[in-house]
Parts: sequence; structure tokens; C-alpha cells
Amino acid sequence: MRKVLPLALLAGLLASTSAFAAEDTARRPVKDVTFSFEGPFGTYDRAALQRGFQVYKEVCATCHGLDHVAFHALNEEGGPGFSEAQAKAIAAGYKIPAEPNDKGELFNDQGVRLTRPGILADAFPNPFPNEQAARAGNGGKLPPDLSMITKARMGGAKYVYSILTGFHEQKPADFEVPEGAYFNPYFEGWAIGMPNTALGANAVTYSDGTKATIEQEAHDVSTFLEWAGEPKMEQRKSMGLSVLIFLVVLSGILFAAYRKIWKDAH
Amino acid sequence: MSGPSTYNPKSGLEKWIDQRLPLPRLLHDTVHTFPTPRNLNIWYTFGGILTFCLGVQILTGIVLAMHYVANAGLAFNSVESIMRDVNYGWLIRYIHANGASMFFLAVYIHMFRGLYYGSYKAPRELIWILGVLIYLLMMATAFFGYVLPWGQMSFWGATVITNLFSAIPVIGGHIATWLWGDFAVGDATLNRFFSLHYLLPFIIAGVVGLHIWALHVPGNNNPLGIDVKSPQDTVPFHPYYTVKDAFYLCLFVLFFAAFVFYSPDFFGNPDNYIPANPLVTPPDIVPEWYLLPYYAMLRSIPDKLMGVIVMGGAIVTLFLIPWLDTSRVRSCRFRPLMKQFFWGFVVACVLLGYCGAQSVDAVKFGVPMVWVARIASIYYYAFFWLILPIVGLIETPKKLPASIAQSVLGDSAAAAAE
Repeated sequence: MRKVLPLALLAGLLASTSAFAAEDTARRPVKDVTFSFEGPFGTYDRAALQRGFQVYKEVCATCHGLDHVAFHALNEEGGPGFSEAQAKAIAAGYKIPAEPNDKGELFNDQGVRLTRPGILADAFPNPFPNEQAARAGNGGKLPPDLSMITKARMGGAKYVYSILTGFHEQKPADFEVPEGAYFNPYFEGWAIGMPNTALGANAVTYSDGTKATIEQEAHDVSTFLEWAGEPKMEQRKSMGLSVLIFLVVLSGILFAAYRKIWKDAH
Repeated sequence: MSGPSTYNPKSGLEKWIDQRLPLPRLLHDTVHTFPTPRNLNIWYTFGGILTFCLGVQILTGIVLAMHYVANAGLAFNSVESIMRDVNYGWLIRYIHANGASMFFLAVYIHMFRGLYYGSYKAPRELIWILGVLIYLLMMATAFFGYVLPWGQMSFWGATVITNLFSAIPVIGGHIATWLWGDFAVGDATLNRFFSLHYLLPFIIAGVVGLHIWALHVPGNNNPLGIDVKSPQDTVPFHPYYTVKDAFYLCLFVLFFAAFVFYSPDFFGNPDNYIPANPLVTPPDIVPEWYLLPYYAMLRSIPDKLMGVIVMGGAIVTLFLIPWLDTSRVRSCRFRPLMKQFFWGFVVACVLLGYCGAQSVDAVKFGVPMVWVARIASIYYYAFFWLILPIVGLIETPKKLPASIAQSVLGDSAAAAAE
């Protein structure tokens, strides 16, 4: 292994010129959708965040973790805008693997892992106890954690949206989808492990009356996942504006001082 | 430091301190009265900007180190916790991450400026050599720092770069193992890289001190490349250059802040938000942008050892520039031929950087990028080893002005000033 790795790397680096026909199945450019959080003044659409949270909770969370997001974030400024009581209720709805009980037990008499209701300090529990279990439940493929998914993929939220809405595109006749995979031209290699039935129309029932089309659900959950990856974005942009204004004014003052001091020097 | 000190302690306390530790005298002579050519342009403000960058990196880095955990199992999560749970952790980390790019942007401008105006030529050879040493230390520090978040690109970047040492015949494999502290990049590697990443900036600060000390012996070069001949050629550093440096620094910070607040992941690679996985190799392993030109050179040569030699030689060459340039005139302003070759060199460096960012087999506009990288690499070497010595001998420079004052103030004003 230790001798093979450098060699394999080198081969990959220096000689991969025509090893695979990369152009054929290179992922398509992301769909051109717009999001409320784009641009220097963009903010998260609260209603979209709450709807997106619902999609994550009722659909994505079956397979995908959100390991880095804590329940208290749901109630923080710049987030979905749940009240503290709502966030507590959401947390309590999850079962968290419990700490050892008074007798030092982690499992009950039947050998089932003890759990307790979630609290604000907990992060979203992963649907699988470990990576092997996740793979075993998904045909050997690992559903990625979604905490930073929009930051970890080129194209960000647009990429997530394109994947979720990209299952029903026309498959080229000569492209063979491998066993256990599904055709999705927005995914690198065009064959994705996520089933094409993962997110369908009316997968959720929105309480605000919004029609739950696939596009709507995908758009909402992409917004939610952008927030999950960048929960301080609104704070960042608003502080940025103050900083830039301060620096522009300071530059003006320094420029005036510079002109005055150098007036007779050149 | 050059010439007699003009410090004149006024109060009894100042006299008392001056006789025991003449630190106020040192500061007075180096940042207050230090005679500085009056014709320094915008490109000369980057020295101060670089000092600022080093300070920002050290300050933000010290705070990040308070929250970061150097452990292969915990590092990635600790960085995410800095982003989410530490008060203003996102701000500090984004400043530190973008600060590295800003630091390199400034150092490249600073170095190209030195090349253009011949600032490495006698009597300033050691200033240049110390500068190249700082640049080398910066590259090492940045590389170690990029490994710390322990994302996919951190891990695989570290694997590729440390594996370069294994190209050395006979002992290469042992050197790589020694660097890793294991038989592959792992927890031991991460820990030592963190230790070195914390150490090197202070060594950089020390060499910066020597760099400035060496600068203050002959004084600044200037866009005309001619020596300071009379007091009319100079102005005191304060307030003239303190205010000028402050103004341009402020513009630089404005540019810096735009990235930190509005596009903080602009220079980053999405793969580094995926935790390191030794079993999954990313399709393209790409270093940070500031190392891309060297990476392009490395990849353009189909033999690993030769690639490493060419890449290393490109940096070693920089140390020798003061003796490769045969011209008696410093500034390219008076070197019509050299000026063109200089801009060719800038283009070659940018092309190399562009090629380094592409996949090895990329073809753009019908041209295989690996050939562009090869030609640009050849130009890089030719520029220093052929063009610099030969053009210096055959070129007829333009007529140099009599003095800095005459050039800036015009003949009559300079005469009146004298």
C-alpha cells in the first residue's frame, strides 16, 4: 500500500491523459435558478427555510445526516426564525443516543440502544449509527452529510436543486446506467446512487398552502441547506456593509491627508 | 540606521532610557526621520501592506489555534465548530483563510516590482535574498496551514506534496516517511504540520526584521533606479510615507474585506468542505492558486524526479538573480528591451498559474495546456538564465536623469532647491 499509493497518484497526475472519456459523462452545467440569498444584499427567505426544513426532516433525513447543525441554530438570528419553544419541540421530537444511565447501561434488556429526547444543544442525529450501516442500507453507497453540501459542491445550492430536479431528463440511448444507480446528468458520471423516487411531488404537505411541486420542494430544501452550511451569512453581509462604508470613509480622510502633506513635495 | 542618528532626547526620562536601551532612537531613525526617495510610487507601498498581512495572519492565527484541535479525527469538526459556535469564529477564520491569498497577492506584486526596478542589484542583493527566503517560508507556512482543516484537498494536497520528496533517489522514500512520522499522511503528520504552522510565522517575522534592517543600510531603491545624491532627493519617512502607505493600505484592506464578507470561499476549493478520506482520491488535486505556477511546471514534465528538480530550480534561481543580471542600469524604465521581456515574464507566470489550475489533459482553444505549461516553463528559465545576462550586455539603456529631485521637481525647481 505504501509503495502503491505514490505510484498510483503519480499515474493519476501525469498519465491520465486519455484514460477515461471524461467529456461524455461530465456533469451538465447547473440549472439557472435564482435564490433570495444571492448577491451582496441577499438574505434567506424565512418561509422557504421553514418549508425547506420540512422537506429535509420528512424526506432527506431518512438517509442524510446534518451532523454539524445544532437545534439551537433553528432559533438563531439569520436562520429559519423558529421560536425557542418551537426549536425545543423540534429537538424533543428526535431520539438521541442516550448517555449511560444510572446503572451505566447503554442498551436495554433487548439489546436496543437507549435514547432520550433531543435538547437545543444537540445536533441533528444521523439516521445511521455508522458509515457501514449507512452503506449497507443504501446498496453500498454513502449518502453524504448535508451540513455543508452547498459549500462542498461546485455550483452550491443550484447544484443541489439541479440534482433534485434532474432525474427525469432524457437519457441518451447509448448510456448504460449501472445496477443500483439512477440516471442524473447533473451528477458527475451521470449515475447517482440516490433513487429517482427520493423526492417526488407532494412528498410533503406545506402548512402555508404552497403547492408542493418537485421544483418548489427542491428550491426550498436547497435554500435550507445553503443556510445549514452558512448560518452566519446574514450577519456576515450586514457587518460587511458597515466595514466597507467605514473603510471608504477612512480612505477618503487618508487621501485628503495624503494630498495635503504631499502638496509641496512634488 | 544609515548615517548619523538625528535623535535628540528631550526629557530626562528619554535621556535615561536612551543611555540604557536606545529603542526610541532606533524607532526615531527608522520610521520617523529615515530619508526616503521622494519619487516612490504605489508599487512601493506593498512592503508596508505585507507587514500588515503578516500581523493579521499571526493575530487571527493565535485565536484560531485556541479553538482548533490538531487531531485527524477532530480537526475537521473543530474548524466547523469555529465557524458556527465560536463568537465571530466565522469572521476570524475567513480573515485568516483569505488573508493567506491577500498575503501572496501582495508578495507577488512586491517581487515583480523589485524585478522591474532592479531592486535586487548592488548594493541591495541581501535584501532580495532575504525576501526570497521569506517567500519560501511563506509557501511552507501556507502549505502547512492548508492541511489543517483536514478536508479532502488538505489531505490529498499534503499527500502529493510530501510524495515529491520520494522522487529523490535512494533516500527519498525514507525522507517521506520521516516527514509523515508514519507510513502515510495521518494524525502524526497533521500534528507536526500544526506545530510548524504555528512556528514558521515567527521565523518569518524575524527574517522580515533582517529584511528591513538590510533595507535601511542603503535605503530604498526608487522607480528611476538611480542613487540618492543629495537631501533634495529624499523626504523623511514620516509623515510623507506613513500617510501614503496608510492610504494605499486602506484601499488594500477594502479589497480584502470585500472577499471576506461577500465571497469568503472565492479562493477555496469545494472539496475541502468534505472531510479527509484516505480511500477516496478527488478527481483533480489542485493546490491553492499561489502555488499553481510551480505545480504546472511539475506536471508539465513526464518524469517525477525531473519535475521536482525543475520546480525546485525555479525557486533556487530566484536567489541568484542579483548575479544573473549584468545590466548597469537598475530600472526597466530606462531599459526598453528588458521592459518587454519583463512583461513577457509576467505573462509566462500567469499562464503557468492558469495551466496549473486545469486538469493535466486539458485542451483549451485547441491547444493542449501541458504544452503551454512547457513553453512558459522554458521562458521562465530562459528569462533568468539567458535574457537577464545577455540583454544586460547588449542593450543600450536610455539616458538616466541627473537626480531624483530634477526628475520629480523639474530642472529649475531642483536648482532653486539647491
